[in-house]
Amino acid sequence: MMGATEEAPWIRWSLTLAALAVLCLFLLLPLLMVFSEALRRGWDVAMEAIAEPDAMAAVHLTLLVAAIVVPINTVCGVAAAWAIAKFEFPGRAVLVALIELPFSVSPVIAGLVFILLFGAHGWFGAWLQEHDVQIVFALPGLVLATLFVTFPFVARELIPLMQEQGKDEEEAAVTLGASGWQVFRRVTLPNIRWALLSGVLLCNARAMGEFGAVSVVSGHVRGETNTMPLHIEILYNEYQIAAAFAVAALLALLALVTLAAKGLLESHTQRRSRPA
Amino acid sequence: MAPALPFGITRARSALPGFGPAMGITVLWLCIVVLLPLVALALRPWELGGGGVWAMVTSPRALAALRISFGAALLAAAIDVPLGLLITWVLVRYRFPGRGVADAMIDLPFALPTAVAGISLTALYAENGWIGGLLAPLGIRLAYNPGGIVVALAFVGLPFVVRTLEPVLRDLPRDAEEAAATLGAGRWATFRRVVLPALAPALIAGFGLAFARTVGEYGSVIFIAGNMPMISEIAPLLIVVRLEEFDYAGAAAIGLAMLLIAFAILLALNLFARRLRHGTA
Repeated sequence: MMGATEEAPWIRWSLTLAALAVLCLFLLLPLLMVFSEALRRGWDVAMEAIAEPDAMAAVHLTLLVAAIVVPINTVCGVAAAWAIAKFEFPGRAVLVALIELPFSVSPVIAGLVFILLFGAHGWFGAWLQEHDVQIVFALPGLVLATLFVTFPFVARELIPLMQEQGKDEEEAAVTLGASGWQVFRRVTLPNIRWALLSGVLLCNARAMGEFGAVSVVSGHVRGETNTMPLHIEILYNEYQIAAAFAVAALLALLALVTLAAKGLLESHTQRRSRPA
Repeated sequence: MAPALPFGITRARSALPGFGPAMGITVLWLCIVVLLPLVALALRPWELGGGGVWAMVTSPRALAALRISFGAALLAAAIDVPLGLLITWVLVRYRFPGRGVADAMIDLPFALPTAVAGISLTALYAENGWIGGLLAPLGIRLAYNPGGIVVALAFVGLPFVVRTLEPVLRDLPRDAEEAAATLGAGRWATFRRVVLPALAPALIAGFGLAFARTVGEYGSVIFIAGNMPMISEIAPLLIVVRLEEFDYAGAAAIGLAMLLIAFAILLALNLFARRLRHGTA
């Protein structure tokens, strides 16, 4: 009998309205708040806050860190997915768990661990000082902390998909005489490109938006080691609220573009992915 | 000519090439970026000696910070479960205009940088904010209070509950619901007796994921929390405070305690979910 497993229309409508109300009040309103606060003192003030030299330095640094981190984690993520999805070896489950581990570690701890290693009183601190190498409170520290927090994104998008696809196509290509690199480029890559792109997008969004981990290793030198999220904090603490929200609006736009692109990619693959 | 592999891993039986290099890159990358740093976290606290670590972790300020972080994360996850269930139910079972946009909105807290979420939630829930202004006459002040921490963590955790429930609810076979209806059960009874037990493991998994991903949150919390020691100071902030005092071992001790408590709670949740699954099977 149709309708036996459906709710009465009035219940359906009230549940839908309640869900939409939660979504709007709880999720949409904070997003609107960013743009409303950014433009409160007008478009010119917002533009000025973004064009100001320290803000531009922060934008550059954020782009630089992402430009280093995202390719490294992409190559390594693809390698990990290839090894885990296409081969069988003991300890595979442990490896997957270790790759996902950074997601369960507080961003502050992700920064802390690199201070413990490379800070002035860190394990390698004295050696680094002797050789005049600066890691924490400088670009390498920002890169390492960001590598840690964005470590799982690409691998975890690819592993389930590549496991599902199996290795028949690749084995056929090998039988036909293709080299390893040819197999990857001609067979595997076309099969995984949308999931790969989705993983890269998420990795990039997190790399540009990371706050806790980089805050610990940055040292907050204005115009030098401040990424965009750290610049937002400084402006906010100096009560330059409109300026803080103007820079925040840039990052919010990045989040919106990421979400839209991810939605498009998902409609391509027809595959739902969980948030990381 | 099998390449030497770490940890005594033998070459996997496969016609495909590339296992050696792929595995080598993976293990090297994992060791440098994740394992070596975490080894430092596990070893550094003991410079204080066993008693010193205990004293650091059980100092009143550290205990209060841990209690606030874990309490707020558990409470936020508990709030996210019913909200997430409502949203997932509507998204999976009903068709309505704007459904696609609503679905995309779910991931917003996940994509929005935490510092942006932090200042925005603070502005929203402050006494002169859009929501805070409505709550203030009722005597509810969330911003700059422990309540603000819960709001921020519930915001960050919601997508994890929804995305965990969604595939399970979508694949839930309708036969059991139809059978219950045929036997005369009302819709509410069917939901409570048939649907909810089937979803229980996923609800617990979503709760655990929301908790795990929010307990260490920093950026979304520190702006709204007020950061009063003993009252609204979260454990990650106390780590930062200790680091600023160059107390590396003390900071590491609190960090290690956070990780260990979090893993213990997740393990307990896992065992609970497993028992539940066996109980209903």
